[in-house]
Order: sequence, then C-alpha cells, then structure tokens
Amino acid sequence: MKHINWLYSWFNVWFVSIALGCMILAAPVGLVFVSVFFPQTEIWQHLYSTVLSDYIVNSLVLAFGVGFFVIVIGTVLAWCIARYEFAGRKQLQWLILLPMAMPAYIIAYTYTGLLDYAGPIQTLLRETFHWQYGDYYFPNIRSLPGAIIMLSLVLYPYVYMLARTAFSEQPSSLEEVSRSLGVPPIKHLFKVVLPLARPAILMGAALAMMEAFADYGTVQYFGLSTFTTGIFRTWFGLGNGIAAAQLAAMLTSFVVLLLILEYLSRRKIRYYFQGQRSQQINRQKLTGSKAFWVPFVCVIPVFLGFILPVLQLLKWATMTYSKQLTSEFWLLLWNSFYLAAIAAITAVILALLFAYGKRLHPIKPIQLLVGVVNLGYAVPGTVIAIGAMISLSWLDIKINTLTENWFDISVGLVFSGSLFALILVYSSRFLAVAMHNIDTGLSRVKPSMDDAARSLGYKPLQILKIIHVPLMKTSVLSALLLVFVDVLKELPATLILRPFNFNTLAVRAFELASDERLMDAALPALAIVSVGILPVILLTMLMDKPDPQSSQVN
Amino acid sequence: MKNIIFCMFVITTMLSPLVMAEQVNLYSARKEALIKPLLDKFTQQTGISVNLVTGKADNLITRLKSEGKYSPADLLLTTDVGRLYRAKQQGLTQAITVSAAISTLPNNFRDDQGHWLGLSLRARPMMVSVDRVDAQTIANLEDLISPEWKGRVCIRSSSNIYNQSMVASLIVQLGGSAAQEWVNGLVNNFARPPQGGDRDQIKAVAAGLCDVAIANTYYLAGMLSSEDETTQQQAKKVKVIWPNQAGRGAHINISGVTLAKHAPNKDAALKLIDFLLSKESQLWYATTNHEYPVLADIAWSELLQSFGTFKAEQVPLGQLGELNAAAVKMMDRAGWK
Repeated sequence: MKHINWLYSWFNVWFVSIALGCMILAAPVGLVFVSVFFPQTEIWQHLYSTVLSDYIVNSLVLAFGVGFFVIVIGTVLAWCIARYEFAGRKQLQWLILLPMAMPAYIIAYTYTGLLDYAGPIQTLLRETFHWQYGDYYFPNIRSLPGAIIMLSLVLYPYVYMLARTAFSEQPSSLEEVSRSLGVPPIKHLFKVVLPLARPAILMGAALAMMEAFADYGTVQYFGLSTFTTGIFRTWFGLGNGIAAAQLAAMLTSFVVLLLILEYLSRRKIRYYFQGQRSQQINRQKLTGSKAFWVPFVCVIPVFLGFILPVLQLLKWATMTYSKQLTSEFWLLLWNSFYLAAIAAITAVILALLFAYGKRLHPIKPIQLLVGVVNLGYAVPGTVIAIGAMISLSWLDIKINTLTENWFDISVGLVFSGSLFALILVYSSRFLAVAMHNIDTGLSRVKPSMDDAARSLGYKPLQILKIIHVPLMKTSVLSALLLVFVDVLKELPATLILRPFNFNTLAVRAFELASDERLMDAALPALAIVSVGILPVILLTMLMDKPDPQSSQVN
Repeated sequence: MKNIIFCMFVITTMLSPLVMAEQVNLYSARKEALIKPLLDKFTQQTGISVNLVTGKADNLITRLKSEGKYSPADLLLTTDVGRLYRAKQQGLTQAITVSAAISTLPNNFRDDQGHWLGLSLRARPMMVSVDRVDAQTIANLEDLISPEWKGRVCIRSSSNIYNQSMVASLIVQLGGSAAQEWVNGLVNNFARPPQGGDRDQIKAVAAGLCDVAIANTYYLAGMLSSEDETTQQQAKKVKVIWPNQAGRGAHINISGVTLAKHAPNKDAALKLIDFLLSKESQLWYATTNHEYPVLADIAWSELLQSFGTFKAEQVPLGQLGELNAAAVKMMDRAGWK
C-alpha cells in the first residue's frame, strides 16, 4: 500500500508540471553553477591574494547589517501600528510602506547629493563656521555603513508587513492569560509575542538580506568591493566570464546557508491561529508623552526613506522637467507599467501552483526544486539575465536550424529577442517574493480544510480555486503587488534583455544617473516611485480590511 | 491567459522585421540620450529607420555572441576602444569595407583590418584647483606620485573602464614594472578611497577635499554648461592641465563602432557609419556632447576651446583592449578599490 502511495506521489500531473516549470525557471541560475566544473586556478589565485577577502567580508557585513536594522525598524513599527491607537495612526500605516516604492540606487543617489562633501549640507556648515576640509568630522555616506543604512531604509517594509500581520493575528486571549498570571507587559513581549512572531520577522529579514546580497546599484555607486561589484570586475575587467560565474555561485551559496538557517529556525513552529481566534484585538490607546513620541518614532523611517529623498528629487525635477517630459516619457511609463503587470501575474500564478503542489505532495524532490527556484532572488539580476540570454539564444538557434531545414525559413530570435526573455527572468528572480507570501497564506489555511474538501469529492485544482485562493486573497494580492513593485524597480535584467526600441522608466533613470546627470534622472525616478505607490496604497487598504480567512473559518 | 500573451509576443516579434522598410539594428553602449538625436537625423535624411537597444558594452557583446548567426544586430557602438577590441577578438565583427569616410581617419583611430573605427575622441587629463595649485608646478602624470602630492589626489574606482584603459596605455608606454610603480604611488597619494564618478572627483577638488583629479573632459564641460548654478560654480574652480605635453602626450580613448559579422542589413549599416563620420555628426559630438571629433577639420565648441589644445598619446588603441586584464590586476595589487 505504501509503495503504491509512493508511486502515486511521484508520477502525477502535479509533480511533472512542477518539475518542468521549476527546471525552466532554474535554468538561468543553474547555468551559474555549471561554471564550477571549469576551474580557473590562475585567476582565483590572483583574487585570493588581492580582493577576495574584501568581497566576502563586505558582502556579509552588508547583508547582516541590513538584516539587523530591518528587524529593529520593521518590528518596532509593526508593534506600534498593530497594538497602539494614536493620532495619525491611520495615515502612518500606509506612509510606512512607501519606501518600498523607492529603488535603493535612487535613494543612494539622492543622499549622496545631499550629504556629500560638496553637497549643500556640508557646504552650509563650512560657510557658516568658516571650516576647511579636515576641520570637522562628518560621516561619509559613501561607505559600508552608509550602504547598510540606504538599503535598510527601503527594505524594512518587508519585515514590517509580515510582522504586523503576525502581531495583529495573535489572539488577545494570550495577553489576557499573561496578565492574569501576573506577567509584566515587557516580559510578555519577549516571552510570548516576539517568539510567536519570529517566523514572520525572520522571513521578512531573509528577503531583505537576499536583496542586500544581490544589490549592485548602491554598492557600485558607493565604490564598495562586494561580491556583486567583484562579479562584474572579474567578468568585464579581467575578461573572465567563468570565474565571474563562479563568484556568483559562491554568493548564491551564502544565500543557501542563510535560507537553511531561516528554515531551521522555524522548522518546529507551525501555528494555526484562525480556528481559535476569538475576538479582534483591541489597540491600546496612548496617552500622555507616549501619544507624542510613538507617532514621532514611527515617522522617522518614512521621513528618511521616502519624504526627504522625494523632496530632493522634486527639487531636481522642477529644474529639468521641460527637457524630460516628452511624449516618449508617457510611452516609458506605459511600458514599465504593463511589463510589471504581466510579470506579476505570471509569477503569482506560478507561485500558486508551486506552493499548492508542495502542499499536496510534500515530498523531498518537489521541495528541493521549488527551493532552488527561490534562490533566484539572491542572484544578481545581471547574472540571471546572462544565464537566460545564453540558454534562450541556444534554444532559438536550434529552432531556427530546424525551421530552416524543414520549411526553409528562419523565424528569428523568438525567445531571446522578445519580451518572453524578460518575463522568464522576472519570474525566476521574483518567484521567491510571491512564494513567501503565498506559502505564508497557505500555511494558515488548516490542512483539515483540504481534507474536508477532498472528502466531498473536489479535485485539487478546484479546491485551490474555490477554497484556498478566496481564503488567502490578501496573500495573493500582496504577492501580486510586491512582484509588481519589484519588477518596476528592476534594472540590470531589463537593461540586458529588452528588445529593440523598448525602454522603461528604470532604464531611463539609470542611463541618466550613470552618466552623472542626476538632475535629469530625477523625473523618471519620481515616476517609478509614483507608479510604485499605487500598489503600495492598495496593499495597505487590503491589510486594513478584516481578514477573510478569519471571518470564514469562524 | 499566459498562452495568449505568449502568442502575442511571438507574433509581434516575428512580424516586426517584416513591417519595416529599410532599417539598421544598433546595439549601443552609448546612452540613448547621447545617440538618439543623431539617429533621428539619419532617419530623416535617408528614410532608413534605426532600431536601438542600449546597454553595457560587455552585455551587448555577450548578447551578440550568444545570438550567433541569427543575431539581428548590424552595428555595435561602444564608448571605449577596449570593448571594440574584445568584440573583434571574439570573432563577432567583420571588416568595414566600403565607407568613404574611413580613409580620412587617422591611422590609430581605426583597426588595422578595418573591423572598427573611432567616432569621437575622449581625453583624460588632470584637473587642478584654481585657488590652491600653481599650474606651473605640475606637468606630467608621473608628478602625481611624488611625496609632495600625498593625500591630494582624487580619482574614481579602478572598476571603471576609463581608468583601466589609462593604466593599460601606461603599460604599453612605460612597461609593466614602471606602470605598477606609478599605480602604487598614485594609490599612496589618494585623498580618499575612490568613490563616485568623474564629476564627483571634480566636485571634490572644487570643495577642497583634494587638489588634483583625473577625469574626462566632457564631464567638466557638462558641468560648466549645467542648468544648476552651484554645479557651474564648482566646475569653474578647476583648471585642466594637459599632462606629458613635452613627452608622450595626454591619455585619450575613443568611442567607436564595429560591424557585426552576421549583419543582416549591411548596406544600411555602412550608410549609418558614413553618416556618423560626416561633418554634421562630428560637429554634433563636439558641440552637444563636448567630445573631441575624430576628424581634424571640425570646429570645437567654445567650451572645448577654453580647455586648450593638446598633444595626444600615439598608442595603437587596440593594444589598450589587449592589456585590460593586466591593468585590472595591477590595480588590484596596488589596493586601488
């Protein structure tokens, strides 16, 4: 009997289609690892004796620094918003998410413009106090700590979102129990609330750290030696693509370690709250000095991560908009929008299928395959893009040879020369984002629901459609919106793979900024931010609504 | 849904080449804003439409390579000679045969087999503070490594291609060990760890963080013609010093073009090359972009004239590409970030 079950779980439509889907998505990342089989001794000796230790140390410090700050900022904000009632709370809860719409490289550009030695703030200081260079200390923004702060300021919403959901889902009965047992609030926080929210917080932090590992724009602009800058240096400067891919493989291995750590930390924890949820938690109304400083603390990250940079961009944009605001600009806006929308829908559909397949057949091979595809998030966009370019061109050449032999026509570069390539890369890079959301959503639907539906004779896809998707509408939508915003900001893959005469806002902003024309780049940058705000606002409205999950289950 | 979208892509990509009349497909490492106006003029004059993808040179070369003989690209435009060399080295190019303008180019601005040629010239001199540096005290790049300049030199990261080409040209002209010595000495005199782009080095000199910077001239020209008052003021605080005028000359590089091996629209591509070397285009480079024209008889913009004339290096530019990796290793060893 057991044997038959085993066979059934291996040879079925779900397994085959998931395996196939994962393999296609994993091909670009997989190509990176193939490089390991072609040793490049001479160049590694050079790297080892000169720059490799820099790459490792800086990348690790960057990622863990960002991890630390996003946990602190995100958790504090989530706690304040989920548990306290104060003036401005309603506005703050969506303001807090806005930095998500800000690409890290753009915030880096604006802060450099502000805080650099030649920038307005230091110049003002020098002119006011008649200082010269060396007379005073001013922190250097273009440094490793600077990069950690820049990335943390735009990545903390990942932790905030997940932690806030976790906090507001904790039944207030827990708090009542603690209180009735005489446990002081602070102890309740550290012994009950945080441990219960830990999986959500760590998941958010892991996403942020993966972004930090893969960041290229910021570290490149700040002149830091990390893995990502090292990959390009090795590839372009030293002209060795294989060694560059090996560096990328090494970077990806760090992320695998990180993910294993995250997995281990929540392995033993499975909570299903919905069944027992008794009542909506009451938010504590703040009075006295707390009513003043809690909102103040909550505003700081938004101010630094969004308001201040946007003001700076606005100032630049007013100086240059007449040159930038042409009919072509609206085309860029439209391109960015529809590309992001298609990519988001594709990634979420795939994530739904994968996550559900994983739930239906919790067997090792499927989990492993899905895990490999999730790694894409940590691989720098350029590396995946090159992987996709090489594999798709190979496919195209084969197809053309075939059609030429059979029909005597060549169809051209059907895959690598079209938007298909971009959608593939976005899916394989951002699937992790969608998966994290949908996994969390699915894991909160009690398995007994599946069993009940199955016993009523429903097929798996039907169950997914009529039970799971409606139940986790919030998770599906937030997955959609997150991928949308991510694609909107995505740069390197778009730059490498886009077809002829196709540009996006991110490409335009980057081209101008990398040509050191920050002011001209301000308008497209602002446009990215404003298109990105829409989904972010939608997201907050969703988070605010009563969770359909709880209302239906009860 | 996915199938429908997918089919749409396939159809549109298949149809697009059929719809167009005469056309050229261009892979350009030159930013869109710095080439599109010229291409539009070309289309106006000839009726040939130009399809453009911009990107980093090495990515475009990889794309060209992986697409093989089905690549739609006719021309590859780069902003430094090393990449042109690399494309030729990988067998992705062919000789530009019939082009009227090519014969008027100086020899070292084109490949000896005619695979690539220069379209504009970029110079990388020293720029010193007007207030704090007596221009008479500094004449050569080699001066920068003397103890007198300790803690006063600003230059961007060695990941940048302009620095890589500059060091490569020193390797050609001074030999490996002397070039390494110069790189070590320069790193020793840095005012700060390299950061930012060329404009940031100029701004740092203006603000007093350092006294001398090495930067490409068109960045300074761009700052001088900026709409922003502060940027203009900063640019006015530095002065261009042409190095090694009594000796080998100042370091230069070219932006250039190469013809793809499997170019499907070769005739139209050659017409575009001719157009880019025409007087009109050369004048556009020199006035709008503040780059030096590759042809001798083109008038410079007033800004370029204000920097003065100079003697340029006579290195066969192809060699810079050959020595690029050696230059990067040299800078790694010296600890040039």
